[in-house]
Amino acid sequence: MNGRLRRVNAEPRWLRALLLGVGLGFLFFFLALPLLAVFVEAFAAGWTAYAGALNDPETRSAIGLTLLVALFVLPFNVVFGVAAAWAIAKFDFRGKSLLITLIDLPFAVSPVVVGLVFLLIFGAQGLFGPWLAAHDIKVVFALPGIIIVTLFITSPFVARELIPLMQAQGKEEEEAALSLGASAWQMFRRVTLPNIKWGLLYGVILANARAMGEFGAVSVVSGHIRGETNTLPLHVEILYNEYNAVGAFASASVLALLALVTLLAKTVVEWRMRRENSMLLADLPAEES
Amino acid sequence: MAAWSSSCLTPASRRRILPGFGLSLACTLAYLSLLILLPLSGLAFRASDLGPVELWAIATGERALASYRVTFGASLLAATINAFFGLIVAWILVRYSFPGKRAIDALVDLPFALPTAVAGITLATLYADNGWIGRHLEPLGVKVAFTPFGIVVALTFIGLPFVVRTLQPVIEDIESEVEEAAASLGASRWQTFIRVLFPAIFPALLTGFTLAFSRSVGEYGSVIFIAGNMPLISEITPLLIISKLEQYDVVGATALAMVMLIISFVMLLAVNALQWWAANRHSGCSPSLGAHQ
Amino acid sequence: MLRVIHQLFLVLTLTFSVTLAFAEGSSLLNVSYDVARDFYKDYNPMFQKHWKALSGESIELKQSHAGSSKQVRAVADGLEADVVTMNQASDVDFLAEKGLVARDYAKKFPNNASPYTSTMVFIVRKGNPKGLRDWSDLVKPGVQVILPHPKNTGNGRYTYLAAWGYALGQAGANDRTAQDFVGRLLKNVPLFAAGGRDATTTFMQRKIGDVLISFESEAELIAREFGKGEFEVVYPSLSILTEFPVAIIDKVVDKKGTRKAAQAYLDFLWSPVGQENAAQNYLRPRNQEILKKYVAQFPPIKTFSVDEVFGGWAKAYPTHFRDGGTFDQIYQQK
Repeated sequence: MNGRLRRVNAEPRWLRALLLGVGLGFLFFFLALPLLAVFVEAFAAGWTAYAGALNDPETRSAIGLTLLVALFVLPFNVVFGVAAAWAIAKFDFRGKSLLITLIDLPFAVSPVVVGLVFLLIFGAQGLFGPWLAAHDIKVVFALPGIIIVTLFITSPFVARELIPLMQAQGKEEEEAALSLGASAWQMFRRVTLPNIKWGLLYGVILANARAMGEFGAVSVVSGHIRGETNTLPLHVEILYNEYNAVGAFASASVLALLALVTLLAKTVVEWRMRRENSMLLADLPAEES
Repeated sequence: MAAWSSSCLTPASRRRILPGFGLSLACTLAYLSLLILLPLSGLAFRASDLGPVELWAIATGERALASYRVTFGASLLAATINAFFGLIVAWILVRYSFPGKRAIDALVDLPFALPTAVAGITLATLYADNGWIGRHLEPLGVKVAFTPFGIVVALTFIGLPFVVRTLQPVIEDIESEVEEAAASLGASRWQTFIRVLFPAIFPALLTGFTLAFSRSVGEYGSVIFIAGNMPLISEITPLLIISKLEQYDVVGATALAMVMLIISFVMLLAVNALQWWAANRHSGCSPSLGAHQ
Repeated sequence: MLRVIHQLFLVLTLTFSVTLAFAEGSSLLNVSYDVARDFYKDYNPMFQKHWKALSGESIELKQSHAGSSKQVRAVADGLEADVVTMNQASDVDFLAEKGLVARDYAKKFPNNASPYTSTMVFIVRKGNPKGLRDWSDLVKPGVQVILPHPKNTGNGRYTYLAAWGYALGQAGANDRTAQDFVGRLLKNVPLFAAGGRDATTTFMQRKIGDVLISFESEAELIAREFGKGEFEVVYPSLSILTEFPVAIIDKVVDKKGTRKAAQAYLDFLWSPVGQENAAQNYLRPRNQEILKKYVAQFPPIKTFSVDEVFGGWAKAYPTHFRDGGTFDQIYQQK
C-alpha cells in the first residue's frame, strides 16, 4: 500500500518541502508548543513534585472516574455512529440534510448550555426533578449525569467521521457481497467494517479524547464532590484555582498522555490490518494497472 | 476512473438492496430524539417563559449583538484557518513519510483531550507579551493575547482536530489508480489535484470546516482566558450566557442559548444542504470515487 | 461481541455500586467556594476528632469546591449539600429565596454567620515603582489595574464595591461621582480576567499591569506559588469587609437526619480551634484574642461592610451587577 502511494505521490520536491514546512510549522506553533508549555509547568518543581501530585488520592480517583466515563460512553458512540452513517450514506431519503444537521448540533451547543439543558430536565427544579427525588434516583451531581452529558457532547464524532467516508465509498461492494450470497452480518463484517476501519478508529479516538477532556458541560452537572464526582478536567481547574499549578498541569499532562495512548491503539490496529491485508493481497489476482 | 463512472451509471431510482435501512434509521432517530432533541426542546420550553418582546430585547441588546459579531466572526476565521492548514496537515500525514510522523499524528487529538481551561491558560501564557511566542510578536506591534485575535488562536486550537481527522480517512481512501490515470492522460499534478483530488476531498473538507466552526461558536472554557473579555470588544456570547447564570437569570441564559442554537442550526443546515445539493447535481448519485476494486 | 456485552455489564454493575455508595454512611457534604480547600482540608480532621469526642460517632466529611455562585446553583438544582460555606452573602440569599436555607440564616450563627473575614488589598510589583498607595492612585492615567470580571466573579464584585465605597467616602461624594470614579478605574483595566486565579497569573506570570486587586488571604497563596520577594502588599486607606457566610441546608439535613452534625460542624468554626485555623489560612478570625495573636499578618485596616454602605447584597447586586446595572452603564456610555 505504502509503496504504491509513494509512486503516485507526484508532487515536485519543492512543493513537498513547502507543504511539509507549512504543515509542521503550523502544528509546532499550535499544538507542540502548548503541549510543551503544559509539561514545563508540570515539571516546574521537579520529578518528585510531579509524581507526588499524581499520587494524590483525589487525583487518582479523578483519573479513575474519567476513564470509567470514557469506557461507558464509547460503545454507545460506536453503535449510534455506525447506524447513523449506514442509514445516511447508503440510502437516499427525504430530510437527510436535516438529519445530518441534527447529528452535528451537539457541537454547536455551548458546553455550559449542555449542562444547563440537562439540569432543566433532571435537576431538582427541572422537569423530572421532583419525580426523581421522590424515587431517590440521582442523575445529576452523580455518575449518570456525567455520563449523559458526555454522551451528548461526543455523540456526533463517530457518525461524522463515517458519513463522508461511506459516501465516498458508495455501496457497490456491499451489493456485490450480497449478490454473492453473503448474509447481512457477513457483509457488514467482511466488507463494510474493513472499509470504514480508519474512519471508525478516528471517530472513536476523537470521541474518547473529547470524553476525557470535557470540562464545561460536566462541570455543570458534576457537583464537584472530591473523590466522587470530580473528573480529571474539573480537578485540574480546582487545583489551578487553589494555586497548585504543579498539580494542575501534572493532571493536565496525564490527560494529554491519555490522548497520546490512542497513538498506541492506532499503531496496533495499523499493524494488524497490514498483516491481514498482505495475506488478502496474496490471494487476489494481480491488478490491471 | 472506471469505478467512478460505473457507479454513476446506476440509476438513482435503484431498488434498495442493502439491508438494515429501517433498523439503522430507527436506531439513529431514537438516539437523537432521546439524547438531543428532547433535552433541547426542554431548553426551548424554558426560553418560551419569556414573551417574544423580552426575548427579542435580550437577543438584540447592544452587548449581545457585539458578542455575536465577535463569536461568529472569530469562529469563521478560525475555521477558515483550520480548513487551509488542516488540509495540508492531513495531506502530509497521509501521503508523506517523515521522522516522528506517528507522534505528530497522535498530537492532532490533543486539543480535545486537554481540558479547555488548560488550553486557554497555556495559550494566553504563550501569546502574552512575555510568552514564548508573544515576545517575538510584541516588537512587531502584534498583540494576540487579550485581543479578539486571541479568541481566533484559541478557536483554531480547539477546532483543528475536526478538519484533520475528517480529511485523513478520505485521503487515505483515494485510490492511487485515479491519480495515475489522470497523470497518464497527461494531467499535470495541479490539474490532477483540482480536477480529481479536490472534488473527492471537498465534501470532507466542508464537513471539517463546518464542525470546527460550530464547535468554535459554543466554545467558552479556553476563550475566556485569552480573550480579555472587554464588553463590546472581546466578549463572546457564551460569556454573556454565563453572566446571566451568575445573576441566577436562567431564563435569560436559555434565551441567549436558544438564539445561538438557532443561528448555528440554520448555518449547519445550509452547509449540509449545500453539500447534498453539490453531491447530487453532478450525476444524481453520491460522488463515489474509486470504490475498492 | 459477547465479550463486549459482558464488559458493558460489568461497567454497569460498577456504576450502580458507585451510585449506591453515595447514599450510605453518616456523612456531611460541605459545598464551598474554590479557594477554601486549604482551610477545610485542615479543619475537617479537627472537626472529626471533636465530633468523635462529642458524640462517640465517626463522620465522613465530603468537600465540593468550585466557583461560589455555580455551587449555589448546583445546590438549588439538587446537589445534596448538608452545609454551604460561601464567599458572598448574595449566594446564600439565593438559596434562602429558593427555600433551601432559613430566611434569617445570617442570624443563626454569630457575626452575620461569617466565621472569618478578609478584605481587598493591592498587590504591586516589588518596590512599588508606581507608588500606588490608595484607590485614588489607581485611576491615574498610565496605571494598569488587573482584576477579575466584576459581573461574573465574586472577587471582581468585591473589588468593584470596594472602589465604589471608597469613592462614596470622599467629601461631597454621591452615587454619580462614585460611578464616575469607578468608571475611571475601569478605564485602566486592560482586560478582565476569568477569575481570581487567572488575574493572578496575568499579573504575576505574564507581567501585565501595575497592580492586582485581590483578597488579603490570597496574597499568601500568591507568595507560595510565585515567591514572597516578587511583590508587595499595599493596604489602602479604606477597603471592603468581605464576609464568608455559612448555612445549613434544611431540606437536606432533615431528609438525611444530619442536622445535629451539620450544626456542630458549623458551630465549631467559631471555636478557638476553628478560629485559629482561619488565622493560619490568612483569614481574619472573628475571635479578637486570636486576631491579636496573629496581628503581624493582619495589619489594621479600616473597612466597611456591604450592609453598611450598600444596604446589603440584596440591594447592591441588582444595582450594580444585573444587566443594565452600573457596570453595564459604564460600558454602554462609551
